[in-house]
Amino acid sequence: MNAPTQLSIAVRLQAVCRYFGEVKAVDHVNLDIYDGEFFSLLGPSGSGKTTCLRLIAGFEQPTSGSIQLYGQEVANMPPYERDVNTVFQDYALFPHMTVGQNIAYGLMVKKVPKPERERRVREMLEMVRLPGMENRKPSQLSGGQRQRVALARALVNHPRVLLLDEPLGALDLKLRQQMQIELKAIQERIGITFIFVTHDQEEALTMSDRLAVFNHGKIEQIGTPTELYEHPATGFVAGFVGTTNLISGDSARKLTGSPETLSIRPEKIRLCPPDTPVTEDLYGIDGTVRDTIYLGMHTRYLVETDAGFDLIVVQQNLESASADIPTTRGSRVKLLWYKDSARRLTEME
Amino acid sequence: MKPSNPTGRASLGLKIAVGLVLLFLHFPLLIIILYAFTTEEASFRFPPPGLTTRWIGELVNRADFWNALSLSLAVAAVATTLAIVLGTLLAGAIYRGKFFGRDALTLLVILPIALPGIVTGISLRSAISLTDMGFTFWTIVIGHTTFCIVTVYNNVIARLRRTARSQMEASMDLGASTFQTFRYIVLPNIATALLAGGMLAFALSFDEVIVTTFTAGQQQTLPIWILSQLTRPRDRPVTNVAALFVIAATFIPILIAYRLTQKTGE
Amino acid sequence: MAALSLTLTPPTPKPPSLPRRISTFFFRRPNLSLILTLLLPLLWLVVFYIGSLSSLLVNSFFRLDGFTGLIVRQFSLQTYRELASPSNVDIFVRTAVMAATVTVTCAILAFPVAYYMARYANYRIKGLLYLGVLLPLWSSYLVRVYTWKIILAQEGIITWFANLLGLHGLLEALLAVPGIGGPSLSFSFLGMFLVFVYIWLPYMILPINAALERVPKSVLEASADLGARPGYTLRKVILPLAFPGVVAGSIFTFSLTLGDYIIPSVIGNSSFFIGQAVFAQQGTAGNIPLAAAMTVVPIVIMFLYLMVARRLGAFEAL
Repeated sequence: MNAPTQLSIAVRLQAVCRYFGEVKAVDHVNLDIYDGEFFSLLGPSGSGKTTCLRLIAGFEQPTSGSIQLYGQEVANMPPYERDVNTVFQDYALFPHMTVGQNIAYGLMVKKVPKPERERRVREMLEMVRLPGMENRKPSQLSGGQRQRVALARALVNHPRVLLLDEPLGALDLKLRQQMQIELKAIQERIGITFIFVTHDQEEALTMSDRLAVFNHGKIEQIGTPTELYEHPATGFVAGFVGTTNLISGDSARKLTGSPETLSIRPEKIRLCPPDTPVTEDLYGIDGTVRDTIYLGMHTRYLVETDAGFDLIVVQQNLESASADIPTTRGSRVKLLWYKDSARRLTEME
Repeated sequence: MKPSNPTGRASLGLKIAVGLVLLFLHFPLLIIILYAFTTEEASFRFPPPGLTTRWIGELVNRADFWNALSLSLAVAAVATTLAIVLGTLLAGAIYRGKFFGRDALTLLVILPIALPGIVTGISLRSAISLTDMGFTFWTIVIGHTTFCIVTVYNNVIARLRRTARSQMEASMDLGASTFQTFRYIVLPNIATALLAGGMLAFALSFDEVIVTTFTAGQQQTLPIWILSQLTRPRDRPVTNVAALFVIAATFIPILIAYRLTQKTGE
Repeated sequence: MAALSLTLTPPTPKPPSLPRRISTFFFRRPNLSLILTLLLPLLWLVVFYIGSLSSLLVNSFFRLDGFTGLIVRQFSLQTYRELASPSNVDIFVRTAVMAATVTVTCAILAFPVAYYMARYANYRIKGLLYLGVLLPLWSSYLVRVYTWKIILAQEGIITWFANLLGLHGLLEALLAVPGIGGPSLSFSFLGMFLVFVYIWLPYMILPINAALERVPKSVLEASADLGARPGYTLRKVILPLAFPGVVAGSIFTFSLTLGDYIIPSVIGNSSFFIGQAVFAQQGTAGNIPLAAAMTVVPIVIMFLYLMVARRLGAFEAL
C-alpha cells in the first residue's frame, strides 16, 4: 500500500508489543493512521484490538516499540499528557457529577474559565442533540443518551484523535445503526481522526475509511473496506470480514491446478442449471443442493459439490419466485464464478 | 436470590425462628435501658422496685468517669485517624494490582481481628516488656490502630472494587493528573466508605477492652473503668448509667456508618 | 518520514506544573509508587504487629526464675514444659470444648436468620435485618456482657420469668447438673455458654448470609424444576453452598471464644479459661513467658483452623 504523502500521519505504531506475562496481547504491531481518517481496529475478542487502543490512549505502556502521535513519541507519556480522548465501552461517566460537570471535566482540570466552559458544554450538548440536559445525572439517562454524553465529554477537549472502544456495543440494533450514521457525520464535520474498536465487521465496513484486522495480537491486514472484502490477504481475514468459501488442497488443485487456498464469496457464485456451458473466464463445478435458507432479500444455499466439498452460495431474490433456478433440496446444479472474483490466499492459518 | 422479588413465602416456623433470634440479640439492649433508671442499689432485682434519674447526676459528678471518657475519646480519635490513613493506603495498593506477597498482606491485615484479641494484647504486652518502654498513651493507640486498620481497609477496598476502573482512566484521559484524579474522582467515590470505615473504627476503639488491658498499664479507658466497676457492687447503679451512655455513644457512629454504606449500595 | 514531519504541527509546548511533573514521575515508575503507597501500612503492620508476635514467641522461650521472680532472658523450654501440666491442659481442653460448642450453636441459630435474609426478605426488611444484626455486633461488647450479668443474676429477670411460668424447678435442676451448673446462672458454665453464643452470634450470621446471597435464584429453581422437594433442595443444594459461610463464621466464633477472658471472669466460676490464665500470668503472677507460651496454643489452633478454612473456600465468604 502506498501511503499518500500529502496526508500527515496522526498515529504511528512501530513494532509495538504488549505482553501480560506469557500472553502476547499485542505482538509486533506496525500501523500508520492518517490525519482525519476514520480508522477501525477489527477483530474477535482477545485479538489485541482493545489493548492496542489502550496503548494509544496511554492506559497501557508498551512492553517494547514506539508509539507516535503527530510525530511525537508518547509511549511513556501518561494519558493526561496526550492529545487524545477516549469514549469508553461502558461510557465511564462520573456518577457523582451532572451531565454538565461530566462534559466540563476536561476543561475544569485544565483551568478553563467557567463562562467559557459553560458555553462549550452547551455547544457540545447541541452537537450531540441533548440540549438543556446539563443538570441531569448520568443515572437519569438512557443508554443512547449516556453514549452521546460520553462522546461530548471527549470531543469538548478538541482532541486531535478520538479513540472509541466499542462504543455502540451496549446499544440495541436500531439505536446502533442510527448512532453509526451520527458518529460518521460528526467525524466528517469536525474532521479529526477517529480510531474505532469493534468486533462487528459490518459496522467496521460501513463506517471506516480504512481498517486493520487483528488476530492473536497481530495485524492480519490493513486496507480499505473494499480491499479487505475483495482481496483478503489471509484466510482469517476472508472469513472474518464477511463470509467466504475456502477451497484448499486437492479440491483447489482440481479447479486451478495449484494447491493454493482459494477464497470465493458466496454472492459471487451463480447457481445455474446443470447443462449450462462453462466459458473460458469461468470456473464451473457440479453439485447437489443440500439445504436452502430463505432470507428475504436473498436465499442462501448449501451445495455439496461432486468433488466432495461444500460451498455456500447466496443468490439475490430478483423475482418473487425464480422458477428458472432449481431451488429445492436434492436438485442438481452447476456453480459458476468468474476466475478473477476468486482470490488466491498465499498463507493460511 | 434477588431481594426485590422473593421466591415463595417463608414458612411460619422460619419466621418465628428469625423473630426469636432477633429478640435474643436485642432484648439485652433493652434491659440496659431499664436498669439505668432502677432505684435498686445493691442487686439486679427484677422487676425494678422503682425508677429514678438520680444515678445520671451521680455519674456526672464522678471525676474518674470523665477522665476515663476523655482518654477513650482521645485514643479513639488518634487511632481512627491513623487507621484511616494506613487503611486507605493499603486498600489503594491492594486494589492497584497484583504484586509479590499480595495475598500474604491481605491475610496480615485481617489477622489482628481473626486471631483472638488476647493474642494481640499479650503480644504487645511482651513487646512492651521486652523493650522496657513502659505503658503510655501511645501504647494504647498502637494496639487500637492495629486492629482498626482492617475496618477502614475493608470498607475502602469494597468501594474501590465497586467503582469502575474506567472512571479513573477516563479522568486521566480527560487531562487530569494522578492527584487531580484522586481529588475529583477517587475521593468523592470513596468518601462515604472512608467515613463509614472511620466511624466503625472509632466505635471499635472506643469500646475495646481486651487488647487495652494489656497495653494501658495503670491508665483507665472507659471500658476498663467499666470493667473495674463490675467488681464493685456498691457502684452498680452508676455503672448501669455509664453502660447506657456507652451503648448510646457507639450506636450513633454505627447508625451513621450504616446509612452511609446503604445509600451508596443502592 | 523526515519530509513528512515538516507538515506536522507539534502540540503547543507548555511547561507542566510541579504537581503534574510529580504525577508523571510516579506514573512512569509504577513500582516505586506502589512501594511508597505500601510503605507506611506495611511498616506499621510489620513493626508493631509482626514485631509483637515475634516478641511473644521470644518471650515464650524465656523463663521465670521461681526464686527471684525475675524473667531470665535465656533460651529455655522450661515454660513449654509447664504448659503440659495437668491443670494447664485442663484449661486448654475446657476452652476448646466451649469454643466448639459455642460455634456449633451459633451456626444452628444463625442459619435461619441468614437464610431468611437472603431468600425471603425484600429490600426494606433486609436492610432492617442487617441493622438488627449489625447493631448488637458493633455496640459495646463490655456493656452487652454486663447486661447478661444483670439478666442471669439470681434475683434477675430469668429467675423472675421462670417463677412466672412455674419453671423454677427446671432451672434449679439445670443448675444442679454437675459440670455446667453452679450457684446461679451468672456463675455457671451454662450462663457463660449463653453469653458467648449471644456475643458472637452476629459474626456467624453475616458470613452465612454472604454465602447464601451468592447462590443464584436460578440454582434453586433448577433444583425445584428437577423435581426436588423444598427439604431436599435445602439439604442437597442450600446447605452445601452455605457451608463456606459457616466455616468463615466459625473462624470468628471459635477464635473469639478461644481468646476471650472477660466473659469467663464476669459470668463464670473459678475454673480458668485460656484468656484468664494468660491475663493472670502476665498480671498478678508477672510470668510473661508462661502467658506468652499459653497464647501460642490458641495461635497454633487458629492457624490450623485457618488453613483448613482456606481449603474449604471460607475466605471467599468473609
